[in-house]
Amino acid sequence: MLPQPAANADILARRDDIVAGLRALLPDDAVIAEPLRLKPYETDGLAAYRQVPLAVVLPSTTEEVAAIMAFCHAEGVRVVPRGAGTSLSGGALPMADSVVVGLMRMNRILDIDYADRCAVVQAGVTNIGITQAVAEQGFFYAPDPSSQLACMIGGNVNMNSGGAHCLRYGVTANNLLGLKVVTVEGEILDIGGAHLDAAGYDWLGLLTGSEGQLAVVTEVTVRILRGPEGARAMLAAFRSNEVAGACVDSIIASGIIPVALEFMDRPAIHACEAFAKAGYPLDAEAMLIIEVEGSVAEQDFLLDQIKAICARHDPISLKVSQSAEESAAIWKGRKGAFGAVGRISPDYMCMDGTIPTSQLPHVLRRIGEMSASYGLQVANIFHAGDGNLHPLIMFDANDPASFAKAEKFGAEILTLCVEVGGCLTGEHGVGVEKRDLMHVQFSEVELDQQRRVKSAFDPGWLLNANKVFPLKGLAAE
Amino acid sequence: MSDALAPSDEAGIVEAIRAAHDAGEPLAVAGRGSKAGLLRPVQAARGLSAANLTGITLYSPSELIISARAGTTLAELEAAVAAKGQHIIAEPPDFTGLFDRVQPQTIGGMVAANLSGPRRVAWGAMRDHVMGIRAVNGAGEVIRSGGRVLKNVTGLDLCKLFAGSYGTLGVLTEVTLKVLPAAAQRATLVLRGLDPTRAVAALAAALGSPYAVSGAAYLPAALAGFVPGVGAGPVALARLEDFAPSVAYRSERLRADLAPFGAAMVLNDIASRTAWAAIRDCAPFAGMQGAIWRVSVRPSRGPGVAAALERGFGAAWFLDWGGGLVWAAGPATAEAHAVVVAAAGDAGGTFTLFRAPETLRAVVDVVPPEPAPLARISRRVKDAFDPRGILNPGRIVR
Repeated sequence: MLPQPAANADILARRDDIVAGLRALLPDDAVIAEPLRLKPYETDGLAAYRQVPLAVVLPSTTEEVAAIMAFCHAEGVRVVPRGAGTSLSGGALPMADSVVVGLMRMNRILDIDYADRCAVVQAGVTNIGITQAVAEQGFFYAPDPSSQLACMIGGNVNMNSGGAHCLRYGVTANNLLGLKVVTVEGEILDIGGAHLDAAGYDWLGLLTGSEGQLAVVTEVTVRILRGPEGARAMLAAFRSNEVAGACVDSIIASGIIPVALEFMDRPAIHACEAFAKAGYPLDAEAMLIIEVEGSVAEQDFLLDQIKAICARHDPISLKVSQSAEESAAIWKGRKGAFGAVGRISPDYMCMDGTIPTSQLPHVLRRIGEMSASYGLQVANIFHAGDGNLHPLIMFDANDPASFAKAEKFGAEILTLCVEVGGCLTGEHGVGVEKRDLMHVQFSEVELDQQRRVKSAFDPGWLLNANKVFPLKGLAAE
Repeated sequence: MSDALAPSDEAGIVEAIRAAHDAGEPLAVAGRGSKAGLLRPVQAARGLSAANLTGITLYSPSELIISARAGTTLAELEAAVAAKGQHIIAEPPDFTGLFDRVQPQTIGGMVAANLSGPRRVAWGAMRDHVMGIRAVNGAGEVIRSGGRVLKNVTGLDLCKLFAGSYGTLGVLTEVTLKVLPAAAQRATLVLRGLDPTRAVAALAAALGSPYAVSGAAYLPAALAGFVPGVGAGPVALARLEDFAPSVAYRSERLRADLAPFGAAMVLNDIASRTAWAAIRDCAPFAGMQGAIWRVSVRPSRGPGVAAALERGFGAAWFLDWGGGLVWAAGPATAEAHAVVVAAAGDAGGTFTLFRAPETLRAVVDVVPPEPAPLARISRRVKDAFDPRGILNPGRIVR
C-alpha cells in the first residue's frame, strides 16, 4: 500500500467549525458530515485505498462551488473534487482532513447547439448522458471510456479520458471547446467557449487531464459530432501475439485507420467469451476487434481490404459481423472485459500503460514471464491502434500478500512500458496509484517544473494534494 | 537584433539560456523568424534561434508518430510523411506570403504558434497532435512532456501549454507529432450565390452530416477567384477527403443533402487542392497592404462578425472552419482594431491581430486580455517556467 500524507491535526480539531461553516454556505442536504453517510465517499474505482473524508459537500451550482472553495481556502482546508467516483487510479481518494466536493448534483445539460456542433453541460452529467441527449439528431459525444454509463464529464475532463474509439475521434482533450472552472481561491473562470482555439496560453489543454490539481471543473462545453451512417465490427483470430501485432502494423501501414482496433490475449478472450457469449474464438492466442464506419458499401470496401491484410497473417479465423446485434455482442464482450475478469478472479487490478505498438510482442512476452514469477494470472486488453495496454492482474484482496504482489507486478509492468518508450498511464491518470512511479518517467527537474505549474494555480497545495506527485514533493512545498 | 545565437544542439540552447538567465538579459526566441511579424515585437538585445537544431529523429509510420528537432523545416517533415502516404493532421498553413518573408517555417515554430489549417474544424488543431516535446525552460533546464506514444495522460500536459506559447515558456528543441494516412482523394462541393448567413447554415449542414466533411469555407464574391472554375459570385465550399469510392459516394449524398441550398458543383481532386491551399495560406490577403486579423467565434456568429467589420472599416474578409474563423483585412489603425475587438467580444469569441506594423502591434492588445484572476495565474505560470522573464518578453501580452 502506498503511504498517504499525514492529516493536519489542526484541521481535524476544527472539524465541527468547518462543517458549520460549510452548512452556512449550502442547503442542509448538501453537507454530509455523519460518519455513516461519509462512508460511501471513502474510495473510488481503486477500492483497495480507503479514507473517510472530513466532510462531503454536494453543490448544485458553480456559485456554490465558488463559495465552498473560497471558504476552504480561507480556512486552509484541502479539497478533493469528485465526480462519479469511477477513477481506476484513486483520483478521488479523500484525505482525512479534506472536504470532498461532489459534483454529481450538477447534472444538467444547459445547452445543445446542433448548428454549432457543441453542447454545454454541467460537470456531473454522465458521459453517456451527453450522447443520449443528442442521439435523436444523430449526434454523439465521441470519447467512450468503458465506464461511460456512470462516469461524469467533469471527471473525464480531469483525467483526459479515452476509450475504444480514440484512434479515430481522439481523447477528451480533442473534444472540448470550453470549461467553467473555480479556482482554489473561489474565483470563477471561463476558459475557451463555443469557439475553437482561444488566443493566448492553452489553459483548456493544460486543465484537461490535470487530475483536479489546478481547479474545480463545473461546466464543460463539448464538441458533438454527427454519427456515421453505420459501423461494423469484425473479429480476427491469430496463432500468436506476435502475428496479431504484426497484423495491426500492416493495417495501419495500409492507410486504413479503423475507428477501433482492439487486441485481446488468450486469457482475456476466454474471460470475455464466458461473460458475453459473443462468439470469440477460444482456440486463438490473440484476437483483434476491428471496427469500420460508413455506409454498408463503404464498410464492405474497408473490411474487404482488412480481411485481405489479415489473411496474409495466417489467421485462425476471420469473422465479419452480419448484423447490428452481432456487432453489439462483439462490443459487449470487450466493454464488459473488466467485469468478465471480475467473475473469474476475486479481484483484479487494471493497469494502463501505453507502449509503442511495435513493442507489443516483447511487452506481452515479458508480462507473461512476470505473471509466472509472481504466480498471478493476467489478461491483456489493448487499444492496439494507439498502444494503450490494459493488463488485468488477478489477485485476492483478502490476502494482503496477494495484493502486495499484484501492486509490485503492476509497477513492474508500468516500468517496462516506460523502458520501451511508452508511459505510465494512457487514460486512467496517475492518481494515487502511480504517484510514486512518476520518477520512472520524469526527472526530478521535470517533476519540479510540473509542481511549479501546480503551485501557480494552487499555491497552498490544497487541491487534491495527495495525488499525481510523489509525496516527497508535497512535503517540500 | 544584431546578435542572434543559433546553437547547433540542445546543449547550446541550454548554455545560451543559462547565460541570459544569469545576466537577466531578455532573449528574442525564434526558429527561422518566419513568424516574427505575428503578435507583438520583442524588445531584446539578443536573439536565440533553434533553426540549427535540425533533423527527423524518429519516424514510425505504422505507429503514426514522427519526431523532429525543432529547427527542422516543415517542408522536410511534410516530404518525409508524404513519402509514406501520410500527412500532418492539422494541415499547417504557410503564411510566408503574408509576411514577405522568404524563410521557411520550422516545425518548432509551427507548434509554438499552434497554427492550423482548414482541416482543424474536423480533425483538431496543431496542439491536438503534439504527443511530446523537449524544451529548455527559462532557467536553462531541459524538460520533457508527453512522449512518443499516442495516448498519454502522465502528469500535467505541458505539450498543450507550449503549443501556442510563442517561445515565452521555453525553447522547444524537439517535438513529436501524431500523423495519419493522407486521404487517397479529395473533392469539394461548391454552392454558389449564397449570402453569408445562408452559406454558414449550409456549411453547418455539411459539417453535421455523416460524411466527415474536412473543410468548410466561404469566400465572398470579391475573393471567389481563388477557387478554380466557379465563375463570379460568392462560394461556399465543403471538402471531402477519403478513399476514392467513398469520396464519389459521399459527394453524391452530400450534394443531395445540400439541395435546399442550391445545386452544388463538385471540384475534382486537383481543383480542390488548389482551392484549399489558398484558404489554408490566407492567399486572398497575400497582396493586400494593412493589417490582418483572425477572429474565432462559434460558427453561426461568423457572418455577423464579418458584417460588423465590413461596416466598421470596409474590411475584406472570408470565413473558414464552417464560419467560425473570420479572416479580415483592413487599415492598420487603432480604430479598425477596436472594431475587431468589439465584434469578437460581442460574439463571445477571441481575436488575434495577425499582421500589422510594429507601431500598431506595440500599442494594442494583439489577443484578448485575460480576466484578472486568470492573468494572475498566467503570470505565475510564466514565472514557473521563466523566473527572470527573459524568454520573449512581451511577445503575447503587453
